[in-house]
Amino acid sequence: MALLTETPARTPSAAAGGWANPSVRYAVKRTGAAISTFIFVLIFNFFLFRILPGDPVALYTRGRNVDPESIRALEAKLHRPIGQQFLEYARNPFTGNGPSVKYNQSVWEVIAPALWPTLLLVGTATLIATIIGVWLGIRSGWNRGERFDVISSNTTLVLYSMPEFWFGMIMLIVFAVGIGPIPGMFPTGGLSDPGVDTSTPAGWLNVAWHLFLPVTTLAVIYLAEYSLIMRASIIEERGQDYVQTARAKGLMDKMVRRQHAVPNALLPTMTLVFLNLGFVVGGAITIEYVFSIHGLGSLTVDALQGPDVPLLQALFLLFSGAVIFANLVADLLYGYFDPRVRT
Amino acid sequence: MALLEFDDVSVTYRSRGADIPAVRGVTLNVNAGESLGLAGESGCGKTTLTSTVLRMQPKSAKVTGEIRLNGDNILDMTWGQVRALRWAEASVVFQGAMHALNPVQKIGDQLAEPILLHSKVSKKDADRRVGELLEMVGLPARRADAYPHQLSGGQKQRVMIAMALACDPQLIIADEPTTALDVMVQAQVLNVLQGLVKELNVGMVFISHDLSVLSSTCDRIAVMYAGKIVEQGPAADVFDHPQHPYAGALAGAFPRIGDTRYRYSPSGLPGDPPFPGDLPSGCTFHPRCPVAVERCATTEPSLIQHGSHQTACLLVGSEIA
Repeated sequence: MALLTETPARTPSAAAGGWANPSVRYAVKRTGAAISTFIFVLIFNFFLFRILPGDPVALYTRGRNVDPESIRALEAKLHRPIGQQFLEYARNPFTGNGPSVKYNQSVWEVIAPALWPTLLLVGTATLIATIIGVWLGIRSGWNRGERFDVISSNTTLVLYSMPEFWFGMIMLIVFAVGIGPIPGMFPTGGLSDPGVDTSTPAGWLNVAWHLFLPVTTLAVIYLAEYSLIMRASIIEERGQDYVQTARAKGLMDKMVRRQHAVPNALLPTMTLVFLNLGFVVGGAITIEYVFSIHGLGSLTVDALQGPDVPLLQALFLLFSGAVIFANLVADLLYGYFDPRVRT
Repeated sequence: MALLEFDDVSVTYRSRGADIPAVRGVTLNVNAGESLGLAGESGCGKTTLTSTVLRMQPKSAKVTGEIRLNGDNILDMTWGQVRALRWAEASVVFQGAMHALNPVQKIGDQLAEPILLHSKVSKKDADRRVGELLEMVGLPARRADAYPHQLSGGQKQRVMIAMALACDPQLIIADEPTTALDVMVQAQVLNVLQGLVKELNVGMVFISHDLSVLSSTCDRIAVMYAGKIVEQGPAADVFDHPQHPYAGALAGAFPRIGDTRYRYSPSGLPGDPPFPGDLPSGCTFHPRCPVAVERCATTEPSLIQHGSHQTACLLVGSEIA
């Protein structure tokens, strides 16, 4: 019963694989962009440290007794043509600038043990914050102005405005030191008690007990941000025409929310979560410092105090790489969930 | 018994303590197989009136009167009954199809959604029905795999029409279905709608501010102004021989091809419709009316039969008009 003749429609090429497939093309494009950004950072990171003011030799050796021979060797190394030095760096960007000045170890050997505590801390906190934050945001945004929303959005606003180190210190005073009737229940710092074998289940529990306060602190701060974004996003989607359509179809309120509003509203929150995840590898500095966790954050503070130039350079590169990688993951996920960006 | 009956329906919004009457005592019928055009400027209550049929009006709105679909008063129903009625008995082609489809869902899934919700069919049967629906509005069945952004505006609007037909409703409310479309696509969409009304014997309420579109698509036209019906009658009559000065102004605002008068003096109506919270006394149209006399400001006219029309104007039938 065609009332109209078939109009020539654009043929979707989704059936075809390879380069013709818009999804593949999108993924390749985004990955390419990420790689070129990283190459730019690589180059920038090299020259950034070359244009630091002052005598590089003094910078490398400040505050330490160094025998004249080593200084001469260092000078000779730095006097080589810049292209040659860059090639040496480019071949091995992390360790190409020599060993850590402060630890007198290969840069990588200094960074590797600090990586795990940070990933554990930040990863757990982000996971918890995302789940709770998104749930809170959806619930309060969907029922905007109701009591749940008033309580939730005011609380999250307060939490969002708190400096994380300050909040961490309060948590320490209340729950680790103990205040009034509240006994000190948690350790004040570190990742595990000395002498505990962290490869056994008992060791994991010990780590979990140590991580409770810092993870809670970080998670609370992040979830405040995520729930506020999710709330704003749900409120925006709630007023869209397609939500109206879904209601008119006779769907129940929760189906309208789950199947129509939430999939659309999640998109901006997802981007934010992944962007944060990238920054957070280096950004947990204050929390690590407050809770004496020897992760990348504490290591950065150490390296800055030196300053330990080779170590700093490697850390900068690592942090930039994390941001670029997280961005790429966000882009790819966005492409997966939002058909509009694929084409 | 008509398919849809509005019986003295009023819709009042409560906003900051003040009552804002958006619809004031409308009585109107639509029969099966009949299309009724609802005309008027933006803000005169057309969408508010029709949104009550599916109880889609905002929470702050108070509806009085009776709205009967097949004799059952919609305002008495429980939410469960309303949900069962939505789309299965009456569906809507929304204003602005650009945004009325979920951007991250395939159109096939969006078309199948009400079918799976309202009738006990398998996913496979629903998919087959989706294919039929798409072909009914002139789109190839395989477009079910497309996302809304891959379709043009006219195609999206046709998907909306296909969606409105999904559950074989008895009534379709088309809320400015062609406003955002170019003239060629508009003609296509109108053809589709017109054909469906006749073939499937559904009743249709067609909302538009474009009297010329309504006169060519609908059997009857009702003109609304400030929440009331001011003129009602057979489509061609209302367009060609409007009795109410407002209907005349609406009809005059659209040029007629071949009539040179319109080319040399396109006519418009100065001013804006009144704010529903602050309506003029007497006939609400009198401040903008080119032929208003003194008593128009004091006496509110009621809808009176004049020939084939019903008109709410003090001057119609009297010597002055």
